[in-house]
Amino acid sequence: MTTFIELLLGGLSIGSVYALIALGFVVIFKATEVVNFAHASLLLAGGYVTAVLHDDIGFWPALGVGIAGAAVVGSAVEFFVMRRYRGSDQSVLAIVTIGVDILLTTELVRRMGTDVMSLGDPWGDDVVTIGGVTLAETRIAAFLVAGLLITVFLLAFRFTSWGVSMRAAAENPQTAALMGIRLGRVSLSAWAVAGALAAVAALFLTVFPTPGLERATSLAALKAFPAAILGGLDSTTGALVGGLLVGVTESLATGYQSDLSFLGRGIGDLAPYLVMVVVLLVRPAGLFGTKELSRV
Amino acid sequence: MSEATKDAVAPAPAGATTTPAGESLTARLRRPAPYLWLAGSVLLLLLPFYLDRFWLQAGLFAMAAAIGAIGLNLLTGSTGQLSMGHAFFLAVGAYGYCILGGESSTENGHAVTGLGLPTWLAAVLAVLLAGAVGGLFSPIAGRLSGAYLGIATLALIFIGQHVLFNAGSLTGGFNGRPVPPLSLFGFTFDDAEVVVAAVPFQSSEKLWYLALAALLVSGLFARGVLRGRPGRALNAIRDHRIAAGVMGVPVARYRAGVFVLSSMYAGLAGVLLALVFQRTVPEYFGMILSLEYLAMIVIGGLGSVAGAVIGAAFVSLLPQVLTHYSDSLPLVSAPGTGGIAPGEASRYLYGAAVVAVVLFLPGGIARLKTPGEKKK
Repeated sequence: MTTFIELLLGGLSIGSVYALIALGFVVIFKATEVVNFAHASLLLAGGYVTAVLHDDIGFWPALGVGIAGAAVVGSAVEFFVMRRYRGSDQSVLAIVTIGVDILLTTELVRRMGTDVMSLGDPWGDDVVTIGGVTLAETRIAAFLVAGLLITVFLLAFRFTSWGVSMRAAAENPQTAALMGIRLGRVSLSAWAVAGALAAVAALFLTVFPTPGLERATSLAALKAFPAAILGGLDSTTGALVGGLLVGVTESLATGYQSDLSFLGRGIGDLAPYLVMVVVLLVRPAGLFGTKELSRV
Repeated sequence: MSEATKDAVAPAPAGATTTPAGESLTARLRRPAPYLWLAGSVLLLLLPFYLDRFWLQAGLFAMAAAIGAIGLNLLTGSTGQLSMGHAFFLAVGAYGYCILGGESSTENGHAVTGLGLPTWLAAVLAVLLAGAVGGLFSPIAGRLSGAYLGIATLALIFIGQHVLFNAGSLTGGFNGRPVPPLSLFGFTFDDAEVVVAAVPFQSSEKLWYLALAALLVSGLFARGVLRGRPGRALNAIRDHRIAAGVMGVPVARYRAGVFVLSSMYAGLAGVLLALVFQRTVPEYFGMILSLEYLAMIVIGGLGSVAGAVIGAAFVSLLPQVLTHYSDSLPLVSAPGTGGIAPGEASRYLYGAAVVAVVLFLPGGIARLKTPGEKKK
């Protein structure tokens, strides 16, 4: 039972990190209708900046620069690439983001080489034991920070004028533009926010018990895709639920791997995708996604 | 590089040669397209007599990739359904062929199962198997659209990798398994030397003609599909799903159908790749391969057969060319020496090419001549 609770809590914690990534992904989709396949490389960029700088300027400033850096990279992609596209087909833009992803990932992976980089976080490998349940401090921090950021984001999305213009643009871009909302700024800010959230997620994807920032980190970041899809691409609630679901499934599948050995080694990494396939079979639009309704 | 570009350029003007019925013979003879076709075909048929093994292998990879890319282009380019799972179907084809056609043996202490069917039958069945697996995915492929499907098909990549690494008795696990040489009507495409016109023919030379024939048939078939009723239906689904449905196109069935067809193309490409590699390893069939195929069709031109071939030649020959000439190229250095390795350099180039083509050349290289065509 203790194992189960430990796994569940660990899963919720990593799930909240996935939710953070998926949230950025969903924000870009809502604001611009672009599915951003370059999201994992934004995350890698943020983590890389933090990892390089933390020795010289300390962890917290480095994290700040990393977050800002990822936001800048995100906005740069929007400004220099997305905005230049003159066509109307958004699925072609998704392919552009794949091109951007190839470029960014190749560059970052080349710089990292085979190193495993530490981000220099203050938690190290300390653990906390409450009533027989042992949890890493990093996991608690991840859960609290992700929860805080998600709350702040959702409140901002609901109550600030930025959030209102974002939602208006998502609802109907033409009308929003006629009402004086600058769509360029909306999508620029969406990319920046997504980058910043991804950089925070990068920190928590690479802290204990994972070894650190390495090539495989982008694979871990990819698990936010099934999270976003199974929640429903256009739903922020969906991103949260999807993230948690993916995290918990992954954690449980990894934890009980020995009982699932007939499925082969490494089933934990596969679990998020299997869950996604099952959900899509039942609900093609995801759990919370709006069913596509069209007026002709 | 010339061999594949020639091949790619040749079909492009062929689209323009739908000659009006009343045209005179002299006018027809004056058109350049048939001559280009002829010159291209002769050149491609003669190449094995002149090129060494390295370039023949590179050309074979390009041709196999071209077949796979034609299939992906039917799905992504013509129907607007993004697929990141193409590498999975390549793996199904490659491993399907090995399992069906190979003998049971012991590799590095692991038992590897094989059915030992005649290899030509194994090749056909492997393609059908890829189609069947694509069909299994049709409840999802038929209902999801565009980028949604792209992410859903990511699952296939990871499932595929998991199975390839874990089902050791079928796939040979991490080290992969050897590929039985294909034999067709008693003629075996193996490394036994056959001397033709004083040129020793080994597997590359023999496979060259097989791949050429396969590419030709695949290309013509895809062109037939695109020009006929199904092609119009697929384009209609891409351009306006609801209008297509109203016009009586069974949208879900067509989406599922084109997914199966594109899987079969990938399966055929996988069989060819396996024959060229002579050994299948699971690592090759990862996500990067899928991204390469998407890059191919975007660079070449979405929705056109010639575009897929051009893109495939570009993306698959680029690393080979860079590796071969890495000594004399600036900025590129041999792997492991600290500079930009040829593989990375080619990834930069085609990554940038994808972005540049979509932004500045909608329609890809295949439609270079008429850039204004797609503007609305």
